Amino acid sequence: MYKIGLIVNPIAGMGGRVGLKGTDGQKIFQKAKRLGAISLSPKRTSAALEPLSVIQDKLKLITCPGDMGENETLSRGFVSDIINGIKSKETTFADTQKAARIIRDRGVDLLLFAGGDGTARDIYIAIGTTLPVIGIPTGVKIHSAVFASSPSKAGELSLLYLQKKIHQLREVEVMDIDEQAFRNGIVKARLFGYLKIPYERRCIQGGKLGSSPSEEIIQKAIAEDIIESMDNDFLYIIGPGTTTRAIMQRLGLSYTLLGVDALYRKEVVGLDLGESELLKLINKKKAKLIITPIGGQGYIFGRGNQQLSPQVIRKVKKENIIIIATYNKIVSLKGAPLLVDTGDLSLDRELNGYVQIITNYHERTVYKIKF
Amino acid sequence: MKTKLRNYHAVCWDEPIIYELNRNGERAILVPEVDKKITETVGDGISSIPKSMRRKNAPQLPALSQPQVLRHFLHLSQETLGIDFNIDIGQGTCTMKYNPKINEQLVNSEEVAEMHPYQDESTSQGLLEIMYKTEQLFKEISGLDRFSLHPGGGAHGIYTISSIIRAYHKSRGEEDKRNEIITTIFSHPADAAAPRVKGYKIIIIYPDDNGCPDIEALKKVVSEHTAALLITNPEDTGIYNSKITEFTKIVHDFGGLCGYDQANANGLLGITRAKEANFDLSFFNLHKTFSSPHGCGGPASGIVGVTNKLAKFLPIPVVDYDKKNNKYFLDYDRPNSIGKVKDFYGVIPVILRAYAWIMSLGAEGLKEVSNVAVLNNNYIMKKILELRGVNMAFPEHKNRIEQVRYSWKKLTKETGISTEDIQRRIFDFGTHYWTSHEPWLIPEPFTIEPSESYSKDDIDEFIAILGQIVKEAYEEPKKVKNAPYKSSVHRINHDVLEDPSKWAITWRAYKKKYNGYFQPK
Repeated sequence: MYKIGLIVNPIAGMGGRVGLKGTDGQKIFQKAKRLGAISLSPKRTSAALEPLSVIQDKLKLITCPGDMGENETLSRGFVSDIINGIKSKETTFADTQKAARIIRDRGVDLLLFAGGDGTARDIYIAIGTTLPVIGIPTGVKIHSAVFASSPSKAGELSLLYLQKKIHQLREVEVMDIDEQAFRNGIVKARLFGYLKIPYERRCIQGGKLGSSPSEEIIQKAIAEDIIESMDNDFLYIIGPGTTTRAIMQRLGLSYTLLGVDALYRKEVVGLDLGESELLKLINKKKAKLIITPIGGQGYIFGRGNQQLSPQVIRKVKKENIIIIATYNKIVSLKGAPLLVDTGDLSLDRELNGYVQIITNYHERTVYKIKF
Repeated sequence: MKTKLRNYHAVCWDEPIIYELNRNGERAILVPEVDKKITETVGDGISSIPKSMRRKNAPQLPALSQPQVLRHFLHLSQETLGIDFNIDIGQGTCTMKYNPKINEQLVNSEEVAEMHPYQDESTSQGLLEIMYKTEQLFKEISGLDRFSLHPGGGAHGIYTISSIIRAYHKSRGEEDKRNEIITTIFSHPADAAAPRVKGYKIIIIYPDDNGCPDIEALKKVVSEHTAALLITNPEDTGIYNSKITEFTKIVHDFGGLCGYDQANANGLLGITRAKEANFDLSFFNLHKTFSSPHGCGGPASGIVGVTNKLAKFLPIPVVDYDKKNNKYFLDYDRPNSIGKVKDFYGVIPVILRAYAWIMSLGAEGLKEVSNVAVLNNNYIMKKILELRGVNMAFPEHKNRIEQVRYSWKKLTKETGISTEDIQRRIFDFGTHYWTSHEPWLIPEPFTIEPSESYSKDDIDEFIAILGQIVKEAYEEPKKVKNAPYKSSVHRINHDVLEDPSKWAITWRAYKKKYNGYFQPK
């Protein structure tokens, strides 16, 4: 018997069609309703469940009452187990978090959730990487890589995972942007954490080449390259992300996955540093900054690493910025350039041009930065 | 002839692995006992092997009767979709072409098949002559000055080139300083992988907006550390880099060498040459352009050519001709040689087939091969681009050489059908297209290369198959999603290839890791 958890954020996406850029918070939700927004979640969730109908007899769904899952499973004719303690209407983020914990504790193979970045954030807060998840994209903001490219893809991916045709899991970013700022035309993205999703290697394959090593091995190889050429005169500022994390792990040091850390002579001199702490450190020493693009769009500055402010970047100097990313991560950009959005237009312009990204041990990919 | 889709169905035997057919006590051949006199004269053949080297238990080979062995392998061959019974133009980048059967007669003839590499030169003049003359042909084809026929494949050729590059810089006292090789993302992946084995750092260049390698990026990274540029042209997109002489000049100006990957030279025979583009080294895959069954069909050969200044570094031996005594010989006396890259002298059957193929065509014939290959490609390109939901990479670049990388991005967006779904469905029509498009930079890619061997009718049949699948994608996508229906193998789980703990390359490993078909313990 396969067991899947299902959580639907029934109001996700309502803000989009009426131009509200999201539905975080009660006020906005009420406004969206007044503007005549209708929820897309039920229809899209139903589309995600469709590919699972082939294993309907062997599948048990554990879900929330009413709008948060029950209605969708009923409409598809799935057998489902409804959890207790969640309202069936007018639910909030607290219900999402609570439901995620209950479902995890009930023991499922996989958690499917429908929503947007806000929902992903709630799932992350509730269960972190303790359970594989797949996001069904129904929200307005989809910056997090935990979402499948379409609802039916989410269903297909779930099916492959349940049938053990996919075994690998990978950690992907949970990003969210500040809706309030976004409504005022400013994109402020934060990296909240990581969720674990089944990894379907659609974009790479073997055949003629044999099989390529996993992303994790390449991350280790990149870390080796960095460590090999570390210069004792420099302070090393390590940006957030799993690719940069590999350096700290390789050196056996403590680190923060989402924060900016600093090293000197291969020892930690600061963890989870803010802008002013960074400036203080750089004032004393020459520094190199190691960063990796965050999320699927190729941003190296301005998404999830705002601590690296224009002042910090200028102080470090362009030639001391080291960009690392696995070969496949760059390939997955499909030729689109790396992006910068530091908040300082003239700095963005200065950062424009060619860079050599470290994409493997002793391998550099020449790539363009654009703003 | 009006194109008609075939009502094809593959053979399916549900054939077990040969070990599973084992029946204790069965035998295919009973080897006769050794005559007593022989044992007395030369010993029993075993006691001369040191005891520590002798195995204690007999190998656990399957015990089968002859007809069973025959049936088993015929079943497997019937389940295989081979070059000789499908319109093999979906395997772009591989240059699938007709391999004349008469060449198999040559290769299998006593004069070739019974030769031994340790035979005295005086008794192998015929083969040495063929090797020597093959080299002369390739000197003309490439414009380069000397060749080594040793490498046993394309990547091996690039490895040999990398070794020569290293030897050259070493001879100039620059081995340590020149530690970088520049290549491009659409060059063959071995152009990055093989020099890495030689300890080089690799720098990869992306294409510019027109699909050509970005010359500005090259200018940014070329330096006194550049050992060489290794580049494919045309790349697997089918786009010819018309600035190639600028590329080689930029690298030469910094003291680097330039190596030309001509694994696939099918569109350029008699049209462009490595020499005129100022390359110092090059290699050709004889099994592609020069007609030898390849892939699982036979061994490969990636012969390497160099200019005079690099000739002294070629692997030993090279074949030379002593005019005075009218004698061909193996020259080992080459003190600057990089040494051996392979046992003996080259993959003789492949060299012989290439020699026969070139001689049967002549200079004019070779040029015609390329002209027809390019014409075929541009015909199929026009037809493919008429299909709904298809586009090609870098569409503004209208003229292509011998192949094109296309994209189903639009079709996937509109129907949910991916290139892999189409790959599975196409088997139902008795042909295939593969999806090795490393790197997967073009969304939903497929690469088509019709070579010179296929007629207009063949190409039209292939197009009709694609057209039918496109129609199904829009009208009944489930049919495509669940394919194949008529193939020997239905769906393969690629994911196990990612995980070494699930690999079972031997029967012993299979028994250890699996209970039966794809059921991990």
